[in-house]
Amino acid sequence: MSSSTKRRYLKDKIAGKCMMIPAIIISFLLFAIFSLLLIHSEQILSMYSLPDLILSSSWKPLAGDFGFFPFIMGTVWVTCLAMIISIPISIFSAVYLSEYAHPKIRKIIQPFIDLLAGIPSVVFGLFGIILIIPVIRDYLAPMAGTTSSGYSVLAGGLVLSIMVFPILISIIYEVLGTVPMEMREASLTLGANKWETIKKVVLRKAYPGIIAAIILGFSRAFGETMAVLMVVGNVAIVPSSVFDPAYPIPALIANNYGEMMSVPIYDSALMFAALILFVMVVAFNVASKYVLIKIKRRTA
Amino acid sequence: MNLRKREEQLFKAIMLLSLLVVIASLFAVFATVIIRGAPSLSIEMLTQVPKGGYYLGGGGGILNAIVGSLYLSIGAIIIAFILSLPMALYLNQYSGKSKIPEIIRMILEVSTGIPSLIYGVFVFLIMIQVGARASLFWGIITVAVFITPILTRGMDEIMQTVPIKLKEASLALGTTRYETLVQVIIRQALPGMLTAVILAFGRGIGDAASVLFTAGYTDSIPTSLGDPVATLPLAIFFQLSTPIPEVQQRAYASAIILLAIVLLLSAVSRILSRRFMKYVIK
Repeated sequence: MSSSTKRRYLKDKIAGKCMMIPAIIISFLLFAIFSLLLIHSEQILSMYSLPDLILSSSWKPLAGDFGFFPFIMGTVWVTCLAMIISIPISIFSAVYLSEYAHPKIRKIIQPFIDLLAGIPSVVFGLFGIILIIPVIRDYLAPMAGTTSSGYSVLAGGLVLSIMVFPILISIIYEVLGTVPMEMREASLTLGANKWETIKKVVLRKAYPGIIAAIILGFSRAFGETMAVLMVVGNVAIVPSSVFDPAYPIPALIANNYGEMMSVPIYDSALMFAALILFVMVVAFNVASKYVLIKIKRRTA
Repeated sequence: MNLRKREEQLFKAIMLLSLLVVIASLFAVFATVIIRGAPSLSIEMLTQVPKGGYYLGGGGGILNAIVGSLYLSIGAIIIAFILSLPMALYLNQYSGKSKIPEIIRMILEVSTGIPSLIYGVFVFLIMIQVGARASLFWGIITVAVFITPILTRGMDEIMQTVPIKLKEASLALGTTRYETLVQVIIRQALPGMLTAVILAFGRGIGDAASVLFTAGYTDSIPTSLGDPVATLPLAIFFQLSTPIPEVQQRAYASAIILLAIVLLLSAVSRILSRRFMKYVIK
Protein backbone atom coordinates (compact mmCIF):
# COMPACT_ATOMS: atom_id res chain seq x y z
CA MET A 1 0.00 0.00 0.00
CA SER A 2 1.43 3.36 -0.95
CA SER A 3 1.67 6.06 1.69
CA SER A 4 -0.99 8.18 0.09
CA THR A 5 -3.43 5.27 0.10
CA LYS A 6 -2.57 4.63 3.72
CA ARG A 7 -3.30 8.23 4.52
CA ARG A 8 -6.64 8.01 2.75
CA TYR A 9 -7.61 4.93 4.72
CA LEU A 10 -6.50 6.53 7.96
CA LYS A 11 -8.57 9.61 7.20
CA ASP A 12 -11.54 7.41 6.50
CA LYS A 13 -11.15 5.57 9.80
CA ILE A 14 -10.69 8.73 11.86
CA ALA A 15 -13.65 10.42 10.20
CA GLY A 16 -15.82 7.41 10.94
CA LYS A 17 -14.89 7.41 14.60
CA CYS A 18 -15.40 11.17 14.94
CA MET A 19 -18.84 10.96 13.37
CA MET A 20 -19.87 8.42 15.96
CA ILE A 21 -19.35 10.84 18.85
CA PRO A 22 -22.43 13.08 18.39
CA ALA A 23 -24.55 10.01 17.75
CA ILE A 24 -23.47 8.59 21.09
CA ILE A 25 -24.12 11.90 22.85
CA ILE A 26 -27.62 12.23 21.45
CA SER A 27 -28.42 8.66 22.43
CA PHE A 28 -27.94 9.59 26.06
CA LEU A 29 -30.00 12.78 25.82
CA LEU A 30 -33.36 11.18 26.57
CA PHE A 31 -31.87 9.21 29.41
CA ALA A 32 -30.28 12.34 30.85
CA ILE A 33 -33.56 14.25 30.73
CA PHE A 34 -35.41 11.38 32.37
CA SER A 35 -32.93 10.94 35.20
CA LEU A 36 -32.64 14.66 35.91
CA LEU A 37 -36.41 15.03 36.11
CA LEU A 38 -36.65 11.95 38.30
CA ILE A 39 -33.98 13.20 40.70
CA HIS A 40 -35.76 16.51 41.06
CA SER A 41 -39.18 15.01 41.61
CA GLU A 42 -37.88 12.59 44.21
CA GLN A 43 -38.67 14.96 47.06
CA ILE A 44 -42.38 15.09 46.33
CA LEU A 45 -42.53 11.39 45.54
CA SER A 46 -41.04 10.57 48.92
CA MET A 47 -43.58 12.75 50.75
CA TYR A 48 -46.74 11.73 48.94
CA SER A 49 -47.83 8.47 47.41
CA LEU A 50 -48.18 8.31 43.64
CA PRO A 51 -51.96 7.63 43.63
CA ASP A 52 -52.46 10.58 46.01
CA LEU A 53 -50.61 12.90 43.69
CA ILE A 54 -52.36 11.75 40.55
CA LEU A 55 -55.90 11.33 41.89
CA SER A 56 -56.28 14.22 44.31
CA SER A 57 -58.08 17.31 43.00
CA SER A 58 -56.85 19.77 45.58
CA TRP A 59 -54.09 22.05 44.33
CA LYS A 60 -52.92 24.42 47.07
CA PRO A 61 -49.14 24.43 46.82
CA LEU A 62 -48.63 26.82 49.73
CA ALA A 63 -50.76 24.66 52.04
CA GLY A 64 -48.93 21.54 50.88
CA ASP A 65 -51.72 20.12 48.73
CA PHE A 66 -50.44 18.78 45.43
CA GLY A 67 -53.25 17.10 43.54
CA PHE A 68 -52.48 16.77 39.84
CA PHE A 69 -55.86 15.43 38.85
CA PRO A 70 -57.23 18.77 37.53
CA PHE A 71 -54.15 19.24 35.36
CA ILE A 72 -54.18 15.72 34.04
CA MET A 73 -57.87 16.02 33.23
CA GLY A 74 -57.32 19.46 31.70
CA THR A 75 -54.70 17.98 29.39
CA VAL A 76 -56.89 15.01 28.55
CA TRP A 77 -59.95 17.16 27.76
CA VAL A 78 -58.13 19.63 25.55
CA THR A 79 -56.09 16.99 23.74
CA CYS A 80 -59.01 14.62 23.16
CA LEU A 81 -61.23 17.41 21.89
CA ALA A 82 -58.50 18.54 19.50
CA MET A 83 -58.08 15.01 18.20
CA ILE A 84 -61.84 14.46 17.79
CA ILE A 85 -61.98 17.54 15.58
CA SER A 86 -58.73 16.90 13.79
CA ILE A 87 -58.82 13.18 13.03
CA PRO A 88 -61.80 13.00 10.60
CA ILE A 89 -60.85 16.21 8.82
CA SER A 90 -57.24 15.09 8.43
CA ILE A 91 -58.11 11.59 7.22
CA PHE A 92 -60.56 12.92 4.63
CA SER A 93 -58.08 15.55 3.45
CA ALA A 94 -55.25 13.06 3.20
CA VAL A 95 -57.42 10.56 1.31
CA TYR A 96 -58.48 13.25 -1.11
CA LEU A 97 -54.90 14.37 -1.71
CA SER A 98 -53.65 10.82 -2.10
CA GLU A 99 -56.47 9.21 -4.09
CA TYR A 100 -58.47 11.86 -5.93
CA ALA A 101 -56.46 15.06 -6.31
CA HIS A 102 -54.77 15.84 -9.60
CA PRO A 103 -50.97 15.92 -9.13
CA LYS A 104 -51.07 19.60 -9.99
CA ILE A 105 -53.51 20.35 -7.18
CA ARG A 106 -51.44 18.26 -4.82
CA LYS A 107 -48.45 20.38 -5.74
CA ILE A 108 -50.36 23.56 -4.99
CA ILE A 109 -51.76 22.34 -1.66
CA GLN A 110 -48.52 20.87 -0.31
CA PRO A 111 -46.79 24.22 0.43
CA PHE A 112 -49.87 25.45 2.29
CA ILE A 113 -49.79 22.47 4.60
CA ASP A 114 -46.05 22.89 5.13
CA LEU A 115 -46.66 26.54 5.92
CA LEU A 116 -49.33 25.63 8.47
CA ALA A 117 -46.77 23.37 10.14
CA GLY A 118 -44.28 26.23 10.25
CA ILE A 119 -46.45 28.81 12.01
CA PRO A 120 -45.10 29.47 15.52
CA SER A 121 -47.38 28.37 18.33
CA VAL A 122 -47.58 31.87 19.82
CA VAL A 123 -49.26 33.01 16.61
CA PHE A 124 -51.84 30.22 16.93
CA GLY A 125 -52.50 31.38 20.48
CA LEU A 126 -52.94 34.92 19.25
CA PHE A 127 -55.35 33.72 16.58
CA GLY A 128 -57.33 31.95 19.29
CA ILE A 129 -57.56 35.11 21.35
CA ILE A 130 -58.54 37.33 18.44
CA LEU A 131 -61.05 35.08 16.70
CA ILE A 132 -61.98 31.89 18.53
CA ILE A 133 -62.49 33.25 22.04
CA PRO A 134 -64.96 36.00 21.06
CA VAL A 135 -66.86 33.51 18.89
CA ILE A 136 -67.19 31.10 21.81
CA ARG A 137 -68.10 33.84 24.27
CA ASP A 138 -70.62 35.63 22.06
CA TYR A 139 -72.10 32.87 19.92
CA LEU A 140 -71.30 29.27 20.83
CA ALA A 141 -71.76 29.45 24.60
CA PRO A 142 -75.09 31.36 24.45
CA MET A 143 -76.24 28.92 21.77
CA ALA A 144 -75.49 26.04 24.11
CA GLY A 145 -77.37 27.85 26.84
CA THR A 146 -74.41 28.64 29.06
CA THR A 147 -72.06 31.53 29.66
CA SER A 148 -68.35 31.33 29.13
CA SER A 149 -65.49 33.80 29.16
CA GLY A 150 -64.35 32.13 25.96
CA TYR A 151 -61.14 30.96 27.62
CA SER A 152 -62.12 27.32 27.67
CA VAL A 153 -61.43 23.72 26.79
CA LEU A 154 -63.19 24.35 23.49
CA ALA A 155 -60.88 27.24 22.58
CA GLY A 156 -57.83 25.12 23.42
CA GLY A 157 -59.20 22.17 21.47
CA LEU A 158 -59.98 24.24 18.38
CA VAL A 159 -56.60 25.97 18.29
CA LEU A 160 -54.81 22.69 18.92
CA SER A 161 -56.77 20.86 16.23
CA ILE A 162 -55.50 23.32 13.61
CA MET A 163 -51.97 22.81 14.85
CA VAL A 164 -52.32 19.04 14.54
CA PHE A 165 -53.70 19.11 10.95
CA PRO A 166 -50.34 19.24 9.17
CA ILE A 167 -48.81 16.44 11.26
CA LEU A 168 -51.76 14.11 10.76
CA ILE A 169 -52.29 14.93 7.09
CA SER A 170 -48.67 14.51 6.06
CA ILE A 171 -48.17 11.21 7.89
CA ILE A 172 -51.51 9.72 6.77
CA TYR A 173 -50.77 10.84 3.22
CA GLU A 174 -47.43 9.06 3.39
CA VAL A 175 -49.02 5.93 4.82
CA LEU A 176 -51.62 5.88 2.04
CA GLY A 177 -48.78 6.11 -0.45
CA THR A 178 -47.34 2.83 0.87
CA VAL A 179 -50.49 0.91 -0.08
CA PRO A 180 -49.49 -0.98 -3.25
CA MET A 181 -51.11 0.26 -6.45
CA GLU A 182 -51.82 -3.36 -7.45
CA MET A 183 -54.24 -3.73 -4.56
CA ARG A 184 -56.22 -0.74 -5.76
CA GLU A 185 -56.17 -2.05 -9.30
CA ALA A 186 -57.34 -5.50 -8.20
CA SER A 187 -60.29 -3.96 -6.41
CA LEU A 188 -61.17 -1.69 -9.33
CA THR A 189 -60.99 -4.62 -11.72
CA LEU A 190 -63.57 -6.44 -9.65
CA GLY A 191 -65.99 -3.62 -10.35
CA ALA A 192 -65.65 -1.59 -7.17
CA ASN A 193 -65.68 2.13 -7.69
CA LYS A 194 -62.99 4.39 -6.32
CA TRP A 195 -64.68 5.17 -3.02
CA GLU A 196 -65.43 1.49 -2.38
CA THR A 197 -61.82 0.70 -3.10
CA ILE A 198 -60.70 3.36 -0.65
CA LYS A 199 -63.13 2.23 2.02
CA LYS A 200 -62.62 -1.50 1.74
CA VAL A 201 -59.03 -1.81 0.53
CA VAL A 202 -56.90 1.29 0.96
CA LEU A 203 -58.09 2.42 4.39
CA ARG A 204 -58.14 -1.12 5.69
CA LYS A 205 -54.60 -1.68 4.55
CA ALA A 206 -53.47 1.70 5.88
CA TYR A 207 -55.26 1.22 9.20
CA PRO A 208 -52.22 0.55 11.44
CA GLY A 209 -50.37 3.49 9.92
CA ILE A 210 -53.31 5.81 10.48
CA ILE A 211 -53.45 4.71 14.12
CA ALA A 212 -49.73 5.43 14.43
CA ALA A 213 -50.24 8.88 12.92
CA ILE A 214 -53.04 9.57 15.38
CA ILE A 215 -50.91 8.53 18.35
CA LEU A 216 -48.15 10.81 17.11
CA GLY A 217 -50.54 13.73 16.67
CA PHE A 218 -51.93 13.02 20.11
CA SER A 219 -48.51 13.20 21.69
CA ARG A 220 -47.73 16.43 19.85
CA ALA A 221 -50.97 17.97 21.06
CA PHE A 222 -50.26 16.70 24.55
CA GLY A 223 -47.04 18.66 24.89
CA GLU A 224 -48.06 21.82 23.10
CA THR A 225 -47.53 24.66 25.53
CA MET A 226 -47.82 28.27 24.47
CA ALA A 227 -50.85 28.26 22.20
CA VAL A 228 -52.92 26.27 24.67
CA LEU A 229 -51.72 28.26 27.65
CA MET A 230 -52.94 31.44 25.98
CA VAL A 231 -56.52 30.30 25.40
CA VAL A 232 -57.62 27.73 28.02
CA GLY A 233 -58.02 30.08 30.96
CA ASN A 234 -55.62 28.29 33.34
CA VAL A 235 -57.99 27.57 36.22
CA ALA A 236 -57.09 24.51 38.28
CA ILE A 237 -60.46 22.74 38.15
CA VAL A 238 -61.57 19.47 36.62
CA PRO A 239 -63.56 20.68 33.59
CA SER A 240 -67.09 19.36 33.34
CA SER A 241 -67.99 20.84 29.97
CA VAL A 242 -66.13 22.15 26.94
CA PHE A 243 -67.05 25.69 27.98
CA ASP A 244 -65.20 25.36 31.28
CA PRO A 245 -61.67 26.63 31.64
CA ALA A 246 -58.89 24.10 32.12
CA TYR A 247 -55.27 24.02 33.20
CA PRO A 248 -53.18 21.53 31.20
CA ILE A 249 -49.84 20.24 32.53
CA PRO A 250 -47.55 22.17 30.14
CA ALA A 251 -49.32 25.42 31.05
CA LEU A 252 -48.85 24.63 34.74
CA ILE A 253 -45.11 24.25 34.27
CA ALA A 254 -44.69 27.29 32.04
CA ASN A 255 -46.77 29.59 34.24
CA ASN A 256 -45.22 28.76 37.58
CA TYR A 257 -41.65 28.08 36.79
CA GLY A 258 -40.36 31.53 37.68
CA GLU A 259 -41.88 31.72 41.15
CA MET A 260 -41.35 28.22 42.33
CA MET A 261 -37.79 28.66 43.51
CA SER A 262 -38.82 29.93 46.94
CA VAL A 263 -40.67 26.75 47.88
CA PRO A 264 -38.50 23.66 47.22
CA ILE A 265 -41.41 21.22 47.42
CA TYR A 266 -43.28 23.29 44.85
CA ASP A 267 -40.25 23.05 42.60
CA SER A 268 -40.28 19.31 43.04
CA ALA A 269 -44.01 19.16 42.25
CA LEU A 270 -43.47 20.97 38.95
CA MET A 271 -40.61 18.65 38.06
CA PHE A 272 -42.95 15.76 38.73
CA ALA A 273 -45.45 17.35 36.32
CA ALA A 274 -42.68 17.58 33.73
CA LEU A 275 -41.82 13.95 34.39
CA ILE A 276 -45.44 12.87 33.78
CA LEU A 277 -45.44 14.81 30.52
CA PHE A 278 -42.10 13.37 29.44
CA VAL A 279 -42.99 9.76 30.19
CA MET A 280 -46.33 9.99 28.38
CA VAL A 281 -44.88 11.64 25.31
CA VAL A 282 -42.04 9.12 25.07
CA ALA A 283 -44.46 6.21 25.48
CA PHE A 284 -46.78 7.55 22.77
CA ASN A 285 -43.90 8.21 20.41
CA VAL A 286 -42.26 4.84 20.85
CA ALA A 287 -45.58 3.08 20.26
CA SER A 288 -46.35 5.04 17.13
CA LYS A 289 -42.83 4.80 15.70
CA TYR A 290 -42.82 1.08 16.29
CA VAL A 291 -45.91 0.68 14.12
CA LEU A 292 -44.65 3.05 11.43
CA ILE A 293 -41.27 1.34 11.18
CA LYS A 294 -42.97 -2.04 10.87
CA ILE A 295 -45.10 -0.77 8.00
CA LYS A 296 -42.10 0.73 6.24
CA ARG A 297 -40.20 -2.52 6.54
CA ARG A 298 -43.12 -4.46 5.13
CA THR A 299 -43.44 -2.26 2.06
CA ALA A 300 -39.72 -1.78 1.47
CA MET B 1 -75.89 1.32 -8.87
CA ASN B 2 -77.10 4.82 -8.42
CA LEU B 3 -76.74 4.55 -4.67
CA ARG B 4 -73.11 3.52 -4.94
CA LYS B 5 -72.35 6.48 -7.08
CA ARG B 6 -74.21 8.80 -4.71
CA GLU B 7 -72.22 7.50 -1.78
CA GLU B 8 -69.00 8.21 -3.59
CA GLN B 9 -70.12 11.70 -4.49
CA LEU B 10 -71.17 12.38 -0.91
CA PHE B 11 -67.83 11.32 0.48
CA LYS B 12 -65.95 13.19 -2.19
CA ALA B 13 -67.82 16.30 -1.12
CA ILE B 14 -66.93 15.64 2.53
CA MET B 15 -63.28 15.23 1.57
CA LEU B 16 -63.22 18.45 -0.38
CA LEU B 17 -64.91 20.21 2.50
CA SER B 18 -62.31 18.85 4.93
CA LEU B 19 -59.47 20.05 2.78
CA LEU B 20 -61.20 23.39 2.50
CA VAL B 21 -61.39 23.63 6.31
CA VAL B 22 -57.66 22.98 6.58
CA ILE B 23 -56.70 25.56 3.97
CA ALA B 24 -59.26 28.03 5.32
CA SER B 25 -57.84 27.77 8.83
CA LEU B 26 -54.41 28.63 7.45
CA PHE B 27 -55.81 31.72 5.77
CA ALA B 28 -57.87 32.57 8.85
CA VAL B 29 -54.76 32.59 11.02
CA PHE B 30 -52.93 34.86 8.59
CA ALA B 31 -55.91 37.11 7.93
CA THR B 32 -56.91 37.73 11.55
CA VAL B 33 -53.37 38.46 12.67
CA ILE B 34 -52.71 40.77 9.72
CA ILE B 35 -56.03 42.61 9.96
CA ARG B 36 -55.65 43.22 13.67
CA GLY B 37 -51.95 43.96 13.64
CA ALA B 38 -51.42 46.00 10.49
CA PRO B 39 -52.70 49.34 11.88
CA SER B 40 -50.06 49.44 14.60
CA LEU B 41 -47.23 48.14 12.47
CA SER B 42 -44.63 50.86 11.98
CA ILE B 43 -41.01 51.39 11.04
CA GLU B 44 -40.42 52.39 14.61
CA MET B 45 -41.28 48.88 15.75
CA LEU B 46 -38.61 47.39 13.53
CA THR B 47 -35.85 49.88 14.25
CA GLN B 48 -36.09 50.81 17.93
CA VAL B 49 -35.76 49.07 21.24
CA PRO B 50 -38.51 49.65 23.83
CA LYS B 51 -38.28 53.07 25.45
CA GLY B 52 -39.25 53.80 29.05
CA GLY B 53 -42.90 53.05 29.63
CA TYR B 54 -43.17 50.94 26.47
CA TYR B 55 -45.32 48.39 28.23
CA LEU B 56 -47.64 51.16 29.37
CA GLY B 57 -48.14 52.42 25.83
CA GLY B 58 -44.94 54.48 25.52
CA GLY B 59 -42.76 54.74 22.39
CA GLY B 60 -40.17 52.41 20.96
CA GLY B 61 -40.20 49.09 19.14
CA ILE B 62 -39.23 45.48 19.44
CA LEU B 63 -35.83 45.54 17.75
CA ASN B 64 -34.43 43.90 20.90
CA ALA B 65 -36.66 40.87 20.34
CA ILE B 66 -36.05 40.66 16.58
CA VAL B 67 -32.29 40.81 16.97
CA GLY B 68 -32.45 38.56 20.02
CA SER B 69 -34.38 35.89 18.16
CA LEU B 70 -31.92 36.04 15.27
CA TYR B 71 -28.87 35.78 17.58
CA LEU B 72 -30.45 32.88 19.40
CA SER B 73 -31.50 30.94 16.33
CA ILE B 74 -28.32 31.57 14.36
CA GLY B 75 -26.18 30.46 17.30
CA ALA B 76 -28.35 27.41 17.82
CA ILE B 77 -28.45 26.39 14.18
CA ILE B 78 -24.63 26.56 13.95
CA ILE B 79 -24.23 24.24 16.94
CA ALA B 80 -27.02 21.98 15.74
CA PHE B 81 -25.46 21.75 12.28
CA ILE B 82 -22.04 20.86 13.67
CA LEU B 83 -23.64 18.02 15.63
CA SER B 84 -26.17 16.92 13.02
CA LEU B 85 -24.01 16.65 9.93
CA PRO B 86 -21.63 14.00 11.27
CA MET B 87 -24.54 12.19 12.85
CA ALA B 88 -26.50 12.03 9.61
CA LEU B 89 -23.38 10.96 7.73
CA TYR B 90 -22.62 8.29 10.30
CA LEU B 91 -26.14 6.92 10.06
CA ASN B 92 -25.90 6.68 6.31
CA GLN B 93 -22.38 5.62 5.63
CA TYR B 94 -20.36 4.30 8.51
CA SER B 95 -22.83 2.27 10.43
CA GLY B 96 -22.48 -0.81 8.27
CA LYS B 97 -25.07 -3.53 8.76
CA SER B 98 -25.39 -3.21 12.53
CA LYS B 99 -28.63 -2.47 14.37
CA ILE B 100 -27.16 0.70 15.88
CA PRO B 101 -28.44 3.15 13.25
CA GLU B 102 -31.96 1.78 13.64
CA ILE B 103 -31.77 2.40 17.38
CA ILE B 104 -30.29 5.87 16.98
CA ARG B 105 -32.97 6.77 14.43
CA MET B 106 -35.64 5.64 16.85
CA ILE B 107 -34.12 7.76 19.62
CA LEU B 108 -33.95 10.74 17.27
CA GLU B 109 -37.57 10.33 16.26
CA VAL B 110 -38.68 10.20 19.86
CA SER B 111 -36.49 13.20 20.67
CA THR B 112 -38.22 15.27 17.99
CA GLY B 113 -41.53 14.51 19.70
CA ILE B 114 -40.46 15.81 23.12
CA PRO B 115 -42.18 19.15 23.82
CA SER B 116 -39.80 22.09 23.66
CA LEU B 117 -40.92 23.03 27.16
CA ILE B 118 -39.28 19.85 28.50
CA TYR B 119 -36.00 20.77 26.82
CA GLY B 120 -36.29 24.18 28.46
CA VAL B 121 -36.81 22.58 31.86
CA PHE B 122 -33.91 20.19 31.24
CA VAL B 123 -31.42 22.95 30.41
CA PHE B 124 -32.75 25.02 33.29
CA LEU B 125 -32.02 22.18 35.70
CA ILE B 126 -28.47 22.01 34.36
CA MET B 127 -28.19 25.77 34.81
CA ILE B 128 -29.20 25.45 38.47
CA GLN B 129 -26.61 22.72 38.91
CA VAL B 130 -23.80 24.92 37.60
CA GLY B 131 -25.19 28.10 39.12
CA ALA B 132 -25.70 29.94 35.84
CA ARG B 133 -28.20 32.70 35.13
CA ALA B 134 -30.51 33.01 32.16
CA SER B 135 -28.55 34.38 29.22
CA LEU B 136 -28.05 34.34 25.47
CA PHE B 137 -25.55 31.50 25.89
CA TRP B 138 -27.99 29.21 27.69
CA GLY B 139 -30.78 30.20 25.34
CA ILE B 140 -28.63 29.12 22.40
CA ILE B 141 -27.83 25.83 24.15
CA THR B 142 -31.53 25.18 24.78
CA VAL B 143 -32.61 25.86 21.23
CA ALA B 144 -29.65 23.83 19.90
CA VAL B 145 -30.61 20.82 22.04
CA PHE B 146 -34.18 21.15 20.86
CA ILE B 147 -33.50 21.49 17.11
CA THR B 148 -30.57 19.07 16.77
CA PRO B 149 -32.81 15.98 16.60
CA ILE B 150 -35.08 17.77 14.10
CA LEU B 151 -32.16 18.77 11.91
CA THR B 152 -30.44 15.38 12.09
CA ARG B 153 -33.63 13.58 11.16
CA GLY B 154 -34.22 15.95 8.27
CA MET B 155 -30.70 15.50 6.89
CA ASP B 156 -30.78 11.77 7.45
CA GLU B 157 -34.00 11.48 5.48
CA ILE B 158 -32.51 13.46 2.61
CA MET B 159 -29.35 11.37 2.54
CA GLN B 160 -31.40 8.20 2.42
CA THR B 161 -32.87 9.38 -0.86
CA VAL B 162 -29.44 9.49 -2.52
CA PRO B 163 -29.54 6.61 -5.00
CA ILE B 164 -27.57 3.61 -3.76
CA LYS B 165 -26.15 3.16 -7.28
CA LEU B 166 -24.46 6.51 -7.03
CA LYS B 167 -22.71 5.42 -3.84
CA GLU B 168 -21.77 2.10 -5.41
CA ALA B 169 -20.44 3.75 -8.52
CA SER B 170 -18.24 6.00 -6.43
CA LEU B 171 -17.00 3.21 -4.19
CA ALA B 172 -16.34 0.99 -7.19
CA LEU B 173 -13.91 3.61 -8.46
CA GLY B 174 -11.81 2.90 -5.39
CA THR B 175 -12.75 5.84 -3.20
CA THR B 176 -12.97 5.45 0.54
CA ARG B 177 -16.28 5.91 2.30
CA TYR B 178 -15.14 9.32 3.51
CA GLU B 179 -14.37 10.48 -0.03
CA THR B 180 -17.68 9.21 -1.29
CA LEU B 181 -19.42 11.09 1.46
CA VAL B 182 -17.73 14.39 0.86
CA GLN B 183 -17.61 14.34 -2.91
CA VAL B 184 -20.76 12.50 -3.85
CA ILE B 185 -23.33 12.22 -1.11
CA ILE B 186 -23.06 15.68 0.41
CA ARG B 187 -23.16 17.28 -3.03
CA GLN B 188 -26.15 15.21 -4.01
CA ALA B 189 -28.01 15.92 -0.79
CA LEU B 190 -27.15 19.63 -0.61
CA PRO B 191 -30.49 21.12 -1.68
CA GLY B 192 -32.38 18.91 0.73
CA MET B 193 -29.92 19.66 3.51
CA LEU B 194 -30.43 23.36 3.02
CA THR B 195 -34.17 22.92 3.32
CA ALA B 196 -33.68 20.92 6.50
CA VAL B 197 -31.46 23.64 7.97
CA ILE B 198 -33.96 26.38 7.18
CA LEU B 199 -36.82 24.31 8.56
CA ALA B 200 -34.95 23.72 11.82
CA PHE B 201 -34.04 27.42 11.95
CA GLY B 202 -37.73 28.27 11.62
CA ARG B 203 -38.61 25.94 14.45
CA GLY B 204 -35.98 27.60 16.60
CA ILE B 205 -37.08 31.14 15.85
CA GLY B 206 -40.75 30.42 16.46
CA ASP B 207 -40.41 28.58 19.72
CA ALA B 208 -41.19 30.32 22.98
CA ALA B 209 -41.65 27.58 25.54
CA SER B 210 -38.08 26.33 25.46
CA VAL B 211 -36.43 29.68 26.17
CA LEU B 212 -38.98 30.81 28.73
CA PHE B 213 -36.65 30.08 31.64
CA THR B 214 -33.25 29.90 29.99
CA ALA B 215 -32.82 33.06 27.90
CA GLY B 216 -34.27 35.66 30.26
CA TYR B 217 -35.80 38.80 28.84
CA THR B 218 -34.44 42.29 28.36
CA ASP B 219 -35.31 45.53 26.65
CA SER B 220 -31.83 46.02 25.24
CA ILE B 221 -29.90 44.18 22.56
CA PRO B 222 -27.44 41.73 24.13
CA THR B 223 -23.78 42.66 23.71
CA SER B 224 -22.27 39.43 25.02
CA LEU B 225 -23.18 35.78 25.46
CA GLY B 226 -23.68 36.39 29.17
CA ASP B 227 -26.47 38.94 28.68
CA PRO B 228 -30.11 37.97 28.87
CA VAL B 229 -31.92 38.12 25.55
CA ALA B 230 -35.45 38.83 24.36
CA THR B 231 -37.14 36.70 21.71
CA LEU B 232 -39.90 37.59 19.31
CA PRO B 233 -42.42 34.93 20.43
CA LEU B 234 -41.94 35.91 24.07
CA ALA B 235 -42.22 39.59 23.15
CA ILE B 236 -45.62 38.79 21.64
CA PHE B 237 -46.62 36.83 24.70
CA PHE B 238 -45.58 39.50 27.20
CA GLN B 239 -47.10 42.39 25.26
CA LEU B 240 -50.35 40.47 25.11
CA SER B 241 -50.32 39.90 28.88
CA THR B 242 -50.51 43.62 29.62
CA PRO B 243 -53.97 45.08 30.17
CA ILE B 244 -53.29 48.08 27.93
CA PRO B 245 -54.97 47.89 24.50
CA GLU B 246 -52.21 49.79 22.65
CA VAL B 247 -49.61 47.35 23.88
CA GLN B 248 -51.81 44.39 22.92
CA GLN B 249 -52.13 45.96 19.47
CA ARG B 250 -48.36 45.84 19.26
CA ALA B 251 -48.42 42.16 20.10
CA TYR B 252 -50.52 41.63 16.96
CA ALA B 253 -48.10 43.74 14.94
CA SER B 254 -45.18 41.75 16.35
CA ALA B 255 -46.93 38.56 15.27
CA ILE B 256 -47.02 39.92 11.71
CA ILE B 257 -43.25 40.40 11.88
CA LEU B 258 -42.82 36.83 13.11
CA LEU B 259 -45.11 35.49 10.38
CA ALA B 260 -43.20 37.49 7.79
CA ILE B 261 -39.94 35.90 8.94
CA VAL B 262 -41.49 32.42 8.75
CA LEU B 263 -42.83 33.13 5.24
CA LEU B 264 -39.50 34.53 4.13
CA LEU B 265 -37.68 31.45 5.40
CA SER B 266 -40.03 29.14 3.56
CA ALA B 267 -39.62 31.13 0.34
CA VAL B 268 -35.83 31.22 0.67
CA SER B 269 -35.67 27.48 1.22
CA ARG B 270 -37.71 26.87 -1.91
CA ILE B 271 -35.58 29.19 -4.05
CA LEU B 272 -32.27 27.90 -2.70
CA SER B 273 -33.16 24.27 -3.08
CA ARG B 274 -34.24 24.91 -6.67
CA ARG B 275 -30.97 26.70 -7.39
CA PHE B 276 -28.86 23.92 -5.93
CA MET B 277 -30.91 21.30 -7.71
CA LYS B 278 -28.77 21.72 -10.81
CA TYR B 279 -25.85 19.95 -9.16
CA VAL B 280 -27.97 16.94 -8.43
CA ILE B 281 -27.83 13.83 -10.58
CA LYS B 282 -31.33 12.54 -11.04
